[in-house]
Amino acid sequence: MQYSTLYTLVFAAVVCLICSVLVSGSAVVLRARQEQNAMFDKQQNVLVVAGLVEPGERLSVAEVRERFEGSIRERLVDLATGDYPADEAQALEDYDLAKALADPALSSEAPANPARVLRVPNYARVYQVMKGEQVDRYVLPVTGKGLWSTLNGLLAIDADGATIRAITFYEHAETPGLGGEVDNPEWKALWDGRAAFDNAGQPAIKVVKGRAKGPSEVDGLSGATLTSRGVTNLVQFWLGGNGFGPYLAKIRQQGSSA
Amino acid sequence: MPGLSRRQRRVLFEPIFDNNPIGLQVLGVCSALAVTTKLDTAITMSIALTAVTGLTSLSVSLIRNSVPASIRIIVQMTIIASLVIVTDQVLKAFVYDISKQLSVFVGLIITNCIVLGRAEGFAMQNPPFSSFIDGIGNGLGYSAVLLTVAFIRELFGSGRLLGYQVLPLTTEGGWYNPNGLMLLSPAAFFIIGLLIWALRTWKPEQVGSED
Repeated sequence: MQYSTLYTLVFAAVVCLICSVLVSGSAVVLRARQEQNAMFDKQQNVLVVAGLVEPGERLSVAEVRERFEGSIRERLVDLATGDYPADEAQALEDYDLAKALADPALSSEAPANPARVLRVPNYARVYQVMKGEQVDRYVLPVTGKGLWSTLNGLLAIDADGATIRAITFYEHAETPGLGGEVDNPEWKALWDGRAAFDNAGQPAIKVVKGRAKGPSEVDGLSGATLTSRGVTNLVQFWLGGNGFGPYLAKIRQQGSSA
Repeated sequence: MPGLSRRQRRVLFEPIFDNNPIGLQVLGVCSALAVTTKLDTAITMSIALTAVTGLTSLSVSLIRNSVPASIRIIVQMTIIASLVIVTDQVLKAFVYDISKQLSVFVGLIITNCIVLGRAEGFAMQNPPFSSFIDGIGNGLGYSAVLLTVAFIRELFGSGRLLGYQVLPLTTEGGWYNPNGLMLLSPAAFFIIGLLIWALRTWKPEQVGSED
């Protein structure tokens, strides 16, 4: 059957209209649930490195929110100085990492580094794990390249500002079974108690090939040399002078009262 | 199954063994490589693809008599793309963890040849209900292969099924040394190849002519 050009155009327009209503309708209807999921996911990841969730423990949305709001304090840190900004509450509310990284006024280009971090925000969101009035751990976001993918994770540092307590990567696409073993709970447990810095205050923590020997070494992931190296690079970058180095140095000076 | 005619039943079940979209037509293989390292992602992907194929065939069949032939493919693609986006949104809202692991591969259902192949090859000539059944049947055929591959890869690659440890690993004090190759994409090629071999040995009429 032959159709006129007008019919064809109208038909295409109607199909597009119906499809766009369908797509935007589903996006609007489901948005609240998706945002809740993303929030739940983030809070759960923080709780895991905060040591407030046992590995394998399954929590409901309400339980996660309760624990998070009960013991986690969000802070904003000026990475260059290691201070909290004066208008912290407001700044924290407006904080959007993706936007900050795209805005030259809110972030700067990172110097060439093996973790292949391109831009560093001026301010970073960190989490303080509270035990009563005392800070028990600091949870810092870390990111960098592994073998195939960008690893996004959280690193928990003890109140002393120098001892690693936990690490987790909540987003990565490394080879399952090889580099993907960064998710292995037994490997992650090896990080607990490692020294992040050497005597000179430089980042020293390292994923080595084979078995760890020194206090700053973690066993390598077998069959995943490049992912192991990537993890070393990104952790060292974020502990260093362009990352949370100044912040952690201040914590070490002042003790846990900060 | 009550309510289905003989022909409709054939349309539903034929794609599973006799006319499998992966096994015989070798369509839609790329996602079969990517999402089959674990059974739970494969199950979610199977459901998503089956739903998209069924609903696409249904929608395309509903408008088959009024769609101008000159734009029929792009109309089909628009419908497929919309349904895939909706599916992705639903997964993000209800199974967030798994949707994070499937990441881009749900979106890539759009480019899965099975969906467009059934829309163009079957739904354009057949009434809506048969087309829907045909879409579901082909989705099931794809799922059968996907689940078999994922079962083998998860079991031998990480000693687990659906995340539960079935074979105790040597790294955790057991006896099973996992086969790392199973977790890499080539393993899916080998397994699909062996499955096609097995299927064609069982049903020799599927062997193509040599040319």
